[in-house]
Amino acid sequence: MIPELGHFALILALAVALVQGTLPLVGAARGDARLMALGSTAALTQALLVVIAFAALTQAYVTSDFSVANVVANSHSAKPLIYKISGVWGNHEGSMLLWALILAVFGAAVALFGANLPDTLRARVLAIQALIGVGFLAFLLFTSNPFERLSPAPADGNGLNPLLQDPGLAFHPPLLYLGYVGFSVTYAFAIAALLEGRVDPAWARWVRPWTLAAWCFLTLGIALGSWWAYYILGWGGFWFWDPVENASLMPWLAGTALLHSAIVVEKRDALKSWTVLLAILAFSLSLLGTFLVRSGVLTSVHAFAQDPARGLYILAFLLTVTGGGLALYAWRAPKLTSSGLFQPVSREGALILNNLLLCTLAATVLLGTLYPLFLDLLTGNKVSVGPPFFNATFVPICAPLFAALCVGPFLGWKRAELWPALQQLRIAFFVSVVAAIVAAVAIDSRSTLAAVAFGFGVWLIAGSLVEFASRLRLGRAPWAESMRRLRATPRAAIGMTISHAALGVVVLGAVATGAWHLEVIQTLKPGEKTRIGGYDITLVRVDNVQGPNYVAERATLDVTTGGRPFTILQPERRLFTVQRRQVAETAIHSDGLRDLYAAMGEGDPNTGWVIRLYLNPLAPWIWLGAALCAFGGFVSLSDRRLRIGAPSRRSAVQAAE
Amino acid sequence: MSRRLLFLLPLATLALMAGFFAWSLMAGRDPASIGSVMVGRPAPKLDLRALREGDKPLTDALLRTGKPTIVNFFASWCTPCLAEHPLFTRLAQRDGAVIIGIAWKNKPEEARAWLAKLGDPFLYAGQDFDGRTGIDWGLSGVPETYLIDGNGIVRFHFRGPITEKDVRDTILPFLKGGKP
Repeated sequence: MIPELGHFALILALAVALVQGTLPLVGAARGDARLMALGSTAALTQALLVVIAFAALTQAYVTSDFSVANVVANSHSAKPLIYKISGVWGNHEGSMLLWALILAVFGAAVALFGANLPDTLRARVLAIQALIGVGFLAFLLFTSNPFERLSPAPADGNGLNPLLQDPGLAFHPPLLYLGYVGFSVTYAFAIAALLEGRVDPAWARWVRPWTLAAWCFLTLGIALGSWWAYYILGWGGFWFWDPVENASLMPWLAGTALLHSAIVVEKRDALKSWTVLLAILAFSLSLLGTFLVRSGVLTSVHAFAQDPARGLYILAFLLTVTGGGLALYAWRAPKLTSSGLFQPVSREGALILNNLLLCTLAATVLLGTLYPLFLDLLTGNKVSVGPPFFNATFVPICAPLFAALCVGPFLGWKRAELWPALQQLRIAFFVSVVAAIVAAVAIDSRSTLAAVAFGFGVWLIAGSLVEFASRLRLGRAPWAESMRRLRATPRAAIGMTISHAALGVVVLGAVATGAWHLEVIQTLKPGEKTRIGGYDITLVRVDNVQGPNYVAERATLDVTTGGRPFTILQPERRLFTVQRRQVAETAIHSDGLRDLYAAMGEGDPNTGWVIRLYLNPLAPWIWLGAALCAFGGFVSLSDRRLRIGAPSRRSAVQAAE
Repeated sequence: MSRRLLFLLPLATLALMAGFFAWSLMAGRDPASIGSVMVGRPAPKLDLRALREGDKPLTDALLRTGKPTIVNFFASWCTPCLAEHPLFTRLAQRDGAVIIGIAWKNKPEEARAWLAKLGDPFLYAGQDFDGRTGIDWGLSGVPETYLIDGNGIVRFHFRGPITEKDVRDTILPFLKGGKP
């Protein structure tokens, strides 16, 4: 009966969303306060109903209720509890339900925390949010019902895709969706602003925390996905420019641009139509990613049920949301006028450069991802666009972005001088040039490019720290004065420093791992030895082990350095018995500065096993840096000004004037 | 006016992209297929020693019998081959398919032992120990499977293991009608 309750709650949620998506809009147009107030009540009700539906599906998974078709297709009674729970969203229907859940919860959050919004704006935002919800709920109910029953119920299920049976991937989708769906709020704010015909500094202040929250979650989600690819795919790499990875990177780039352009709207009352466009694009790119992954238009290492009928629905939905938003934009945005004039050398000038570069990056990724599709349709030629394309396009555009990133915070609003800003950065410049030279001479004299990129990583960290030090007047003012300034520094500024420096940490990790890793691929029989970068590795034995729902070959590798025992690595090759699918389980020994990474390949006792070994310098920094980057975002989010500092439109406008 | 057009640009870009997506969905293309230059051409030459001791060598004549034929490259060291093996066994036993198996870069005794253990669905079996025939056939690895019509023309090329769906949607109709 519980699945039927969930199904029923979902139907009710759709009805409530329809009400929430229409009546408050009418109310906002007529100035009817009661109709507008309905939006908040409906948003909370809708969220409650979707929570009930989600809980019902979770219950079916946890108790292995095999009368529910979705549970049969994606779960198995022998599966560990955590994967029973993550199985809820490890499939098409369940992941769409998770979308709808997060969407509804974000709507409820706008209703709860949006008390300081003008009534008409809140009503319109909630209505747009609900209309997006209608799309997802209808999609669920009409094409992907997760509560469909099966009769007679089979004795056991088919099991979850083995690649998804992993702690990293269990939490990757929820984080990613929090990011994707978070941009729906920004989108709703943009549409509401276009409907109202006004974008002002107050609007930018209300949009920024939602953008920031979505951006933080998306950052964490992407980092987790990359970490997962690193240790499960067994090739030692952390980013493969796979369409699915690109699909998550594009909204991140657009969101990052939005985060920065919203500051210009807030402080200078300019760049309005551009910011609105970015808000529409960030969510549209999230939907585009979902479409690409689900429709089967592009192929990818990431497995998901692909179905053209669903693809058409998501395409129609994408067209409605994006097309509707962009049409409204084409109609209303020309009327948005900016008050400020621009000087190229100024804080806002730097932020525009940031936006240009970030959007170029997003366009590059979009082109690289879709080019094979276009070419195939137009000429029938099959190509795959991979790392060589992105290394030749994406990486060079990063260089000016990183170079300018440290300079921007030193420039004042309206009008600034470049030379004094650069002078303040001379220590950072010196340190990064030394780092690049050291890298070129000591680590790898063949790859100058890697050394330069390494220097850029150091520049990002050093430049951010110098900026923060100069903000505190560290060393130039008495210690007590610096401490007083530290306490007075807004959290948003601290967050910015953390995130900018963290980007440098990511760059260092990525460059070191990408350019300076060591790799040994060798067939070993038990008792045989190999060497990688000062470590002696002996294959001690290969055992057959029995897991809860898989059988595996487990290699035991004894690692010594200079004759002393260092560690023991046990990579596995798991065969998931229900799906007959093999998954590599790598073994990684990390000391924070480098990863010793072992993966096991094909083999048998006569010929030996293929053992792949990698020594990846600074690899942990990639994910550490990404987590730190998101942490910076959260610190910024905790800034009091973002929460309660924008009490009303009137006072905010006055403050800006 | 030109300013207005500028604001229409995003919408126009979307329309263009959506057109491609819709086309792609309607055309029913398979993004996983990387295509094959072999399809539509006469099958490359076949001149191999038999895998089973005492059998006659494999020649081109086997591909021009007037009957549709399946050619499967496999190896005993290849796990996906293990996965598709039961499908070939069923195709041979239940559907009477003519299947030529070629052990690619595989020691003959190991390939024989593998077939002895799992069952041998191949009417003819050859050995391509140095992989030279695989080069002629445009092989990128094992398993790969070719469907060849009665006149010796390659009609379909599967890279990777065949699946239940391939058997149902492509191979069985091909065996019955001669065209996939």
